[in-house]
Amino acid sequence: MLEIKNLHATVDGKEILKGINLTINPGEVHAIMGPNGSGKSTLSYVLSGRDGYEVTEGSVTFQGKDLLAMEAEERAAEGVFLAFQYPVEIPGVSNTTFLKTALNAVRKHKGLPELDAMQFLKLIRAKAKALNMNDDMIKRAVNVGFSGGEKKRNDILQMAMLEPSFAILDETDSGLDIDALKLVADGVNSLRSAERSMLVITHYQRLLSYIVPDHVHVLAYGKIVRSGGKELALELEAKGYAEFGSPEAA
Amino acid sequence: MAAIATLKDLYETLSPGLPGAGAAGLDRLRADGYARFLSDGVPTPKVEGWKYTNLRDLAGVSLAPAQTTAANTDIELPSVAPGKTHRLVFVDGVFNAALSAVGTLPRGVTLDSLRDLIESSPATAAEVLERFPAPKADTGLRVGPNPGRGQSGGLVGLNGAFLAEGAVLTVGEGVTLAQPVEIVFVAAAADGTWHPRLLIDVAAGAEVTVAEHHVARGGGATFANIVSGVRVAEGATLRHAKFQEEAETALHLASVTATVAASATYETFILTTGGRLARTDVQVRLEGSGASTRVSGAYGVDGSRHADFTSLIDHVSPNCTSREVVKGVIDGRGKAVFQGKIIVRPDAQKTDGHQLNRALLLSDTAEIDAKPELEIYADDVKCSHGATAGELDEEALFYLRARGIPADTARALLIAAFLDEVAGEIGDAALRAYATARIQDRIGRLTGITVDAVDAAVEE
Ligand SMILES: Nc1ncnc2c1ncn2[C@@H]1O[C@H](COP(=O)(O)OP(=O)(O)OP(=O)(O)O)[C@@H](O)[C@H]1O
Ligand SMILES: [Mg+2]
Repeated sequence: MLEIKNLHATVDGKEILKGINLTINPGEVHAIMGPNGSGKSTLSYVLSGRDGYEVTEGSVTFQGKDLLAMEAEERAAEGVFLAFQYPVEIPGVSNTTFLKTALNAVRKHKGLPELDAMQFLKLIRAKAKALNMNDDMIKRAVNVGFSGGEKKRNDILQMAMLEPSFAILDETDSGLDIDALKLVADGVNSLRSAERSMLVITHYQRLLSYIVPDHVHVLAYGKIVRSGGKELALELEAKGYAEFGSPEAA
Repeated sequence: MAAIATLKDLYETLSPGLPGAGAAGLDRLRADGYARFLSDGVPTPKVEGWKYTNLRDLAGVSLAPAQTTAANTDIELPSVAPGKTHRLVFVDGVFNAALSAVGTLPRGVTLDSLRDLIESSPATAAEVLERFPAPKADTGLRVGPNPGRGQSGGLVGLNGAFLAEGAVLTVGEGVTLAQPVEIVFVAAAADGTWHPRLLIDVAAGAEVTVAEHHVARGGGATFANIVSGVRVAEGATLRHAKFQEEAETALHLASVTATVAASATYETFILTTGGRLARTDVQVRLEGSGASTRVSGAYGVDGSRHADFTSLIDHVSPNCTSREVVKGVIDGRGKAVFQGKIIVRPDAQKTDGHQLNRALLLSDTAEIDAKPELEIYADDVKCSHGATAGELDEEALFYLRARGIPADTARALLIAAFLDEVAGEIGDAALRAYATARIQDRIGRLTGITVDAVDAAVEE
């Protein structure tokens, strides 16, 4: 599904990713944990194609294709999805207009017929209901006036609509209340399948007891310094990151 | 000054043939206009208020009005509510009765072509014309070196020198006109000049909606110099929208002078998407206690086109509110000017004045000159203004693209979102929907993308 080899990336001339190697097979859920500033969000942006992140070395292959050669929108259309650590507010663009435009762009790319307004609304209402989002929220401007947790749910709604084959969830659990965490986890789990893979970035073991990962990695100072099974998350929760050194050591 | 010498000949030749020539009132109005043009001339960048807009392009244009009109009646007319409005149509500046359609008007309402009014009763026409205040070169209470000159005086004078065409709407006391009135200017000729006068007089407690269109149907490098007078009497409401969508080679200069009486409301929205140079000067005087106005504008310029939105909101009386929101999109080597002044006179306590001006720059060569000004002489007032100029939000752009939306569509969505706020300022639902559609159409032509909004359908 996804193969990251010796990935180095810089932001504003500063090297943040210093040789990442990671292979994610179809159907697998990988979790990435790691200290603040270790490069987790940077990795998610590099994978989703944000401008300003320069790959200086290495490669990323997604479903046999060179992911790094694609524009952000092409990656999304090919099935890469990023749930943002900080979802963006877009005044003046309604959630419905935004998502219908996005969904139809992706469907077009896949050779599927576009949905008309009625078909689209039926679909979004059903998906929103599962995430406990009301009509008012889906009508409003994208994330404008949404609480932190509502923004996260909105991102998961977008994921549910776009049905990506590879989703990166960047701290989707932060800001969610206990009930919302459960709803979001259910939403994510309902998308789990043998063909779909996920990369879950989180600071807390709690999310991983809902979305149970196949592998857990520690990203520290731009490198994956340790990998293990789901029990690694518990160990990290108990011991912290001290054993992985300090920025100077990296 | 060659143009002025030629103009003298034209003025002398044309005057005797204008409607109502020989009637004392009209002769005097025209002579006054001509004299004002001679004294003030075409504004130059040396004049305060015209620093950022240069009318050098007028040098190659005839200042005298076109004398012929296309006989063509097969013209697609714009309308905010097709078939449900009273309309007067002008082709190349000349009233066209065949295209016009005025339905049964309620008692107390008149809607006439100025030419018809002059021809049927020059004395009444002169009386009506004089009822409206002329725009002033008002620089507030600070008396500058040349207080009486400048602003649009010369252009208003020029309009007066050739007074003949235009529209006059009067709405009698307490009457609500359910159907909007539309004044449509169609440019059909390759060139030509017109100086229409639009007069709207809304009596106490009356209510009316007026939509003004300026469109090209084959028209090219035309020059429109429009002067409008607006009076909104006590407790009355006038909603006035102008859609300036002429050819990209047209010149469009307009000045609107409105007086608003106690507890009356004047709402005006101005869309500027056409013309190689388009300027609207809006002056609103809040004369009675509790008067209010909303002035809003949206513009779009690209290529090397120029749009100028200049306004003066004059709080004369206490307890008045004004709200101004102007937003525009500038691409290519396009240039925009925003000059917005709010004056709060000493008596105007409890004034609530708000002004916002925002420009979206889509290229490195796009330009905006913004000059917001507050002149406040009362102490118990609430006034604010804000001005911003910036590019499209990169984070928002990435968020949209990360969901699969192609970059150019994402840009079109964000441009539409930027302008959406201005359309939201329009209180009347039909006008708002029409404005939104026209803005979308313009963005579609700018970006090549038509975004299909689904908002309305969600209401069901
Ligand atoms: N534009 C930038 N210029 C310079 N440094 C940057 C820039 N953007 C990010 N960084 C730095 O890159 C490093 C990695 O940031 P990143 O957001 O990837 O961390 P993270 O692992 O997601 O942290 P957190 O757990 O706090 O979300 C940080 O030290 C950050 O300050
Ligand atoms: Mg992060």
